[in-house]
Amino acid sequence: MTLLSADHVCVRYGAHEVLHDISLKIAPGEIVTILGPNGSGKSTLLRALLGILPVAEGRILREAGLRIGYVPQRLTIDRTMPITVRRFLSLPVRVRDRAAAGTLARVGMSGQEGAQMTALSGGQLQRVLLARALLGRPQLLMLDEPTAGLDQPGEAAFYRLIEEVRAETGAAVLMVSHDLHVVMAASDRVICLNGHICCEGTPRVVSTAPEYRALFGLGTQGALALYRHEHDHDHRDGHPQHHHHHGHDHDHA
Amino acid sequence: MLDDFLIRAGLAAVGLSLATGPLGSFVIWRRMAYFGDATAHAAVLGVALALATDLPIGLGTLTVALAMAVTVAGLSARGWAMDTTLGVLAHSALAFGLVAVSFFPTVRTDLSSYLFGDILAVTRTELALVWAGALAVLGLLAWRWQALLTATLSEDLAHAAGLRPDRERLILVLALALVVAVALKIVGALLIAAMLLIPAAAARSFARTPEAMAALAILIGAVSGLGGLGLSLWQDTPTGPSMIVVAALLFALTSLRRRV
Repeated sequence: MTLLSADHVCVRYGAHEVLHDISLKIAPGEIVTILGPNGSGKSTLLRALLGILPVAEGRILREAGLRIGYVPQRLTIDRTMPITVRRFLSLPVRVRDRAAAGTLARVGMSGQEGAQMTALSGGQLQRVLLARALLGRPQLLMLDEPTAGLDQPGEAAFYRLIEEVRAETGAAVLMVSHDLHVVMAASDRVICLNGHICCEGTPRVVSTAPEYRALFGLGTQGALALYRHEHDHDHRDGHPQHHHHHGHDHDHA
Repeated sequence: MLDDFLIRAGLAAVGLSLATGPLGSFVIWRRMAYFGDATAHAAVLGVALALATDLPIGLGTLTVALAMAVTVAGLSARGWAMDTTLGVLAHSALAFGLVAVSFFPTVRTDLSSYLFGDILAVTRTELALVWAGALAVLGLLAWRWQALLTATLSEDLAHAAGLRPDRERLILVLALALVVAVALKIVGALLIAAMLLIPAAAARSFARTPEAMAALAILIGAVSGLGGLGLSLWQDTPTGPSMIVVAALLFALTSLRRRV
């Protein structure tokens, strides 16, 4: 059984091909992480899977009536809009107070119903976004760089939370990350992306794959390794038309 | 009771605020202020069109306002530099409208009523149209409220929930054109955008939820309308601008409350 699948999908912005020949499947209850450097098309892939971006070639198939809970990378709420956490949780589907309170407690935001969304910290906002997604009782949670604004302990706690949610609800989880070790531990399967799927498998298999090592550098002993990856790795024989485009905006701070 | 022109004027002002409160809130949240301007200014062109074709003024303004709103929405979806484009469209619509209207000598003498409104001359039929239009806008927004809010917060979240953000945008565009057609008689083409913006902006400092802001904006709009009517009677000032003056004073008062 498959919740969501991509079948030879290509996505282009104008003439520029961002994603090339992507095929993947998400089964119920599994945690899959899409891993790749900045500019590798991770967010694009997620947005294409969600139907936000049109695909140029190939197909995306969703199980009929699939409930997806989406947690975007960030949410910038205009300061002109007054909105409480409680009100936000009822968008677009209204939920009962009890359900809202229960889910807030689940993500560690108990009693925060009355807080203004614009007053939340990055980590709190992530948790509220997750709570909103969970209230739709999703069969598939899709998270785009869910820990981007968090520090290391916050990150670890967030991934623990995701695992607990999966264990409790049986929801499949598809995450996008550029961040290596923490994600690896939490995932059943890792898809290594750089415009195309470089390699995929269990975290252990992927972390020893030459493609993965080429993409992220050999050591992978810390986040910095990410930024030292070879920009033109040499496994493109199978993809003669594919041009790696690295429009990176690396933050070397 | 409706025989009294003051009662009719007051009811027209209150009716209009039912639509401008919630719609104005969206105009602020989505940063569409200039968009409102362009649509409202196009209404003058609609007046000329209506006179040239012997159609009712309301229909002419509605058509042209709708055409302008759809054009602007289409351009913004295609990623034009909106600041400049809207400025060009807003002011050229006004200029073209003024030039076109000048071909009709009867209107020429009465031009200011289209620019600044003529609420004291509202007839029973016009009053009925104001309420019908305002209630239609209110109904439209209430019907799509959840989807509109979601799409305003984040188009991606709306998409992921199976909504169509472009359709919600179209609903706002339609509502805006309706409000422009309805408000032309009351505050005039030049000040419609002010009637959308100022009450909603004043409501912001007191509101904790979107609904509260929209409701408060209705209240502040109605108070501004009635207050402006009173000011105009008392000091013999033009009524439309007087309403905006009261709204602006209320805004100044409420912004004192804001801790910056």
